[in-house]
Amino acid sequence: MKVALALKAAEWAMNLTAARYPAFAARLAERARVVQLRMRDPAGPARHYAFGAARVRSAAGLHAEPDVALTFKDEDVAWRIFKPGAKRADAVNFAKNFSVEVTGDDELACWFTETLSLMRSVRWKTGVDAGHGETRYVNATNGGPVFVYVKDGKIVRTTPIDFDEHDPHSWSIEARGQVFSPPRRTTTTAHTLASKSMVDSKDRLLTPMRRVDFDPNGERNCANRGKSGYVPISWDEALDIVVSEIRRVKRVHGHGAIMNSHSSHHTWGNIGCYVSAFNRFMNAIGYTKMVINPDSWEGWYWGATHHYGYSMRLGAAEPYGMLDDCLQQAELIVFWSSDPESTGGSYGAFEGTLRRMFARDVGIEMVHIDPHLNYTASLLGGKWIPIVPGTDPALAHAIAHVWMTEGLYDKAYVAERTTGFDKYRDYVLGAEDGVPKSPEWQEPETGVPAHTVRALARKWGTRRTYLGAGGKGTAFGGACRSATGTQWARAMVCLMAMQGLGKPGINFGNLQYGAPIDYNFYFPGYGEGGLSGDVETTGAAVQLYQRQPQLPSMNVVSQRITRNRIAEAILDGETHGHPIDPKSVNGQFMRFHYPAPGHSRVRMMYKYGGSHFGTVQESNRLAEAYRSSELEFVVNQSIWHEGESKFADVILPACTNFERWDIGEWTVAGGYSHHNNGQLNHRVISIQHKCVEPLGESRSDYQIFLSIMHRLGLGTYYSEGMTELDWCRAQFEASDLPGRVSWEEFLKKGYFVVPPEDTAKTPQPVAMRWFAEGRRKDVPEPHPLPAGYGTTFREGLQTMSGKIEFEPSSLKMFDDPGRPPVNRYIPSWEGRGTTGLYERYPLQLITPHPRYSFHTHTDGKDTFINDVEDHRVLVDGYYYWVARMNPRDAGARGVAHHDLVRLHNDRGSVICAAALTERLPPGVVQAYASSAVYDPIGEPGRSPDRGGCVNTLAPTRWQTEQTSASAPNSCLIEIEKWNGERS
Amino acid sequence: MTDKWALFIDVAKCHNCRNCYVACKDEHVGNAYPGYAAPQPRHGHDWIAISTRERGEAPMVDVAHLPTMCNQCENAPCVAASTDGAVYRRDDGIVMIDPDKARGKREIVDSCPYGAIWWNDEERLPQKWIFDAHLIDRGWKEPRCVQACPTAAMTSAKLDDAALAARVANEGWEVLHPEFGTRPRVYYRHLYRYVACFVGGTLVAQANGVDDCVAGATVEIRRDGSVVASAKSDDFGEFKVDGLGEGSGTYEMVVRASGYRDARTAVTLGASRYLGVLRLERA
Repeated sequence: MKVALALKAAEWAMNLTAARYPAFAARLAERARVVQLRMRDPAGPARHYAFGAARVRSAAGLHAEPDVALTFKDEDVAWRIFKPGAKRADAVNFAKNFSVEVTGDDELACWFTETLSLMRSVRWKTGVDAGHGETRYVNATNGGPVFVYVKDGKIVRTTPIDFDEHDPHSWSIEARGQVFSPPRRTTTTAHTLASKSMVDSKDRLLTPMRRVDFDPNGERNCANRGKSGYVPISWDEALDIVVSEIRRVKRVHGHGAIMNSHSSHHTWGNIGCYVSAFNRFMNAIGYTKMVINPDSWEGWYWGATHHYGYSMRLGAAEPYGMLDDCLQQAELIVFWSSDPESTGGSYGAFEGTLRRMFARDVGIEMVHIDPHLNYTASLLGGKWIPIVPGTDPALAHAIAHVWMTEGLYDKAYVAERTTGFDKYRDYVLGAEDGVPKSPEWQEPETGVPAHTVRALARKWGTRRTYLGAGGKGTAFGGACRSATGTQWARAMVCLMAMQGLGKPGINFGNLQYGAPIDYNFYFPGYGEGGLSGDVETTGAAVQLYQRQPQLPSMNVVSQRITRNRIAEAILDGETHGHPIDPKSVNGQFMRFHYPAPGHSRVRMMYKYGGSHFGTVQESNRLAEAYRSSELEFVVNQSIWHEGESKFADVILPACTNFERWDIGEWTVAGGYSHHNNGQLNHRVISIQHKCVEPLGESRSDYQIFLSIMHRLGLGTYYSEGMTELDWCRAQFEASDLPGRVSWEEFLKKGYFVVPPEDTAKTPQPVAMRWFAEGRRKDVPEPHPLPAGYGTTFREGLQTMSGKIEFEPSSLKMFDDPGRPPVNRYIPSWEGRGTTGLYERYPLQLITPHPRYSFHTHTDGKDTFINDVEDHRVLVDGYYYWVARMNPRDAGARGVAHHDLVRLHNDRGSVICAAALTERLPPGVVQAYASSAVYDPIGEPGRSPDRGGCVNTLAPTRWQTEQTSASAPNSCLIEIEKWNGERS
Repeated sequence: MTDKWALFIDVAKCHNCRNCYVACKDEHVGNAYPGYAAPQPRHGHDWIAISTRERGEAPMVDVAHLPTMCNQCENAPCVAASTDGAVYRRDDGIVMIDPDKARGKREIVDSCPYGAIWWNDEERLPQKWIFDAHLIDRGWKEPRCVQACPTAAMTSAKLDDAALAARVANEGWEVLHPEFGTRPRVYYRHLYRYVACFVGGTLVAQANGVDDCVAGATVEIRRDGSVVASAKSDDFGEFKVDGLGEGSGTYEMVVRASGYRDARTAVTLGASRYLGVLRLERA
């Protein structure tokens, strides 16, 4: 009886809502269709609903030909789904065990459930009236959350978020008689402030397009990819082609013939992220997975993990409690290949900047080891030690040599907390090979004077020192991305082990991480997969899977291609790779092959998001691969027409995060970067308001995937009948937000600041202190897994001994000549010692992560960032990428400031604008990675690129044979003035 | 006395993040604020500009960045050059170019000795940074460049003349090109990082058969026998005598370190100089 009433009540509720909200009435009128709700037993309660007018009409009983029918096993099931306060978990579980089933038109079924959901959401208020006809919304980006002011459906401005009196207080740290407390606002980056110009960019894709000479039923002209133009087509035509190709390729070629491809980053938001919507979509199709490498972590994952574990973090260290500890205890910070002022940790904008300035001002000394006088070094000052790229491990061994010979290391710590030191000492002192690794030994290699090394080693060895190794303090960019990257990261762990890693004032870090925020308050990171339902390839298993009930998704294909070998897979039909395995240190040894046994070669690519031309090494290969007929179909889903989209057969136009609903916490990646919010001054969780409507005919990624899913009859499975806003709500409900803020309040104001810990009452553990003091692990990270501890659960590290191993057990069990168990110095295979090559290409090119753009997302596109002279330079009407070089190198080549130059080697040519700078010593050229623009002036893949994809010049060779560690910073080039075509 | 706005820029804290630069574009490109400003062109106008100065050479290099914009001069040549009140100074000190009255008046661009006024070809208007007067009038507490600055290199304040004078004197603020006589209300600190020169070097001596850095040495830059400036060497043996005039000619440099013989050399300054490794001999 109550079910029959509930079914009737649904009609009343819809019509009451329609009476009050014209938008809802319009929704009811959208479709002239009949939806049937019934029990499996034909005699049970049933009602059908006729849509097509501003009010719905329903009638009891079975309809002869409903367009859609929802059939419940019995009244008990129906009641538990419809009753007030029904649990979503119940509905999901009933769906999983087929207690409720949907038959009929897939799209209409979703329309019906979305309409029911709209009954609630139509009442919600979003954004704050800012006066002057402007509404203030909130959104979030790779460079921080922002207020977005909107007027007449257009973005007026984006600004940092100024906290109000209702937001919680900020933490403060007392150190050396001074108090540091962060400003009451979020920091942001230039690329985030340029968001408006990305949204309205002239390079936006506003309609679906088909390559003009691509005919799916006739001549495909694959060789013309990258050359031919495009014609606009309707969404229907575009989706029909994509769906028919998915079906055809699976039917003709079989298991594994479709591959995905995407960049490592996306526009911000847990729902729209590639780990979420794209992942679920591809899982529903079945695909050969493009495996992301631990790009930016290379040396740490493939090297450092063997000495101290942390595979979950890809070799990065624990990030807890270091802010207090560093400011209060440390006397020296060594920034080694560490430029947080350019990369903001990761996604962290300038949250660490004032802390570092404070540290300098209270007397903490600073040293910067980097071939480039990077922005962190130039802001903070201190000793700059320019080093020949790729020789960093030689310097590290020489520092160890001084410590060993002068007794400047922590002998008790080494004895109690480490193993294998004798072997390393024998190597460093030369007992093993007769060559002491002294400061004089390293000087010809590194270019660092022996006296400087001795001064550094003595200073470091006699002061409590933080080592910021890489952009995040450990990992991220720089020296770990060269041929010697594994050696360097390994050496960093060994050096810190000699100094007592974890003791007061002695740790990894550059003041970017370890803020006294609340680490226990849960909000999912994007790496937990958003709506993916994928527990195999995301971090969902840790928490989200239990907190957010949903249908699971899994990829049925096991074949993989490592990202840097996509071209080989397509062109050669054969390649291999090594995996990321966050579970264990040893998992990385498990080489996989392509094609996998019994799998098809890849014949179709679904490319999504940021371009690889600017981010993957030797990218001319990719142009060749795209133009191969081995690849029968390429669909590219992109916001802007740039990079790889110009090599697609069909282009699907996506919208930005400002044009759709999403939700996320600033910097919170989850997964490999557990507690990435430790770099924040304030934890900011935001709804990402749909600030404006999607431009042109563009659609949100979710809507595009859902449209394809509908055509494959998988829409109700894909969306579970939910809208994007429903999924945002699901993330909200899955987090610790309910109880702290209501959904309605959160949705209106747009953000929530998590109150900081009261560290005076409950001091936070400091990274590795437990280890240094021989206690049980006390930092809040779910790692190692129970079986992963070397000795006893929560005691010791992930290594076999549970200690820091100078001669790692894991490397002793594996044969990789590039990674001998004792970390010996093996010169770079592409450096100044590379005879034959160095004579022809005498300049070393380093390509750090960009400062003014994020990945490819905010470069090019005619944005405001193009006008930043240290990013691109306008020459003859074209914005060229900047290549920085020493004036002496430039003078020797007749190059003046802002001349166009051709950077080249055997792998290709890139036209850049030269910037002459003393920030680089002679012999080193610096140009950022991640140009969004690939613009060959002739034959794609075979002519100079004037877009600025300098990674075209970088090698594809792995750091060592038994890794998949890329080495873009080991790159020899020559430069000449460019007088060629400029049009 | 009426409080008036002023902007304060600490050159030593600017690291060229470009937030102010982009925030200004974000505020004005595509946006008309009737009575305040017409839209800024998408490209080509730098109402807030940043120029960069590098000093020295590896391994002793420093870099300074100098943000410049309309100085909101009290004695503004643009106000004097305009007719019909096309350019005027508000009671709160902000200098405004009327987006209607100034149309077609290119001479306003030429009137600014700082080059801070830009010509908008499409609108046929002179334009410049207006201290975000339109936002200030809505109750904003500071202009967007200040809000967006992550290092607090830029701050703003609304002060009466006496308070401003006290702050300028107490905190060592100065203006660009005071000789123009326009009385700017954009103030700078640590300008020496941009305009002055240094002499630097690395002191090394033999010890136990190897080279070691010499810390704690005193390095004096002298002219006509008197000390112009001095510095001490650090643990890396590095010294940096700063604040010297560009192109200021020849000095005598004297290095004193206990246990070593004094070293003397002549140094001629064009731009900043890193002298490289200087070897000291045991006394």
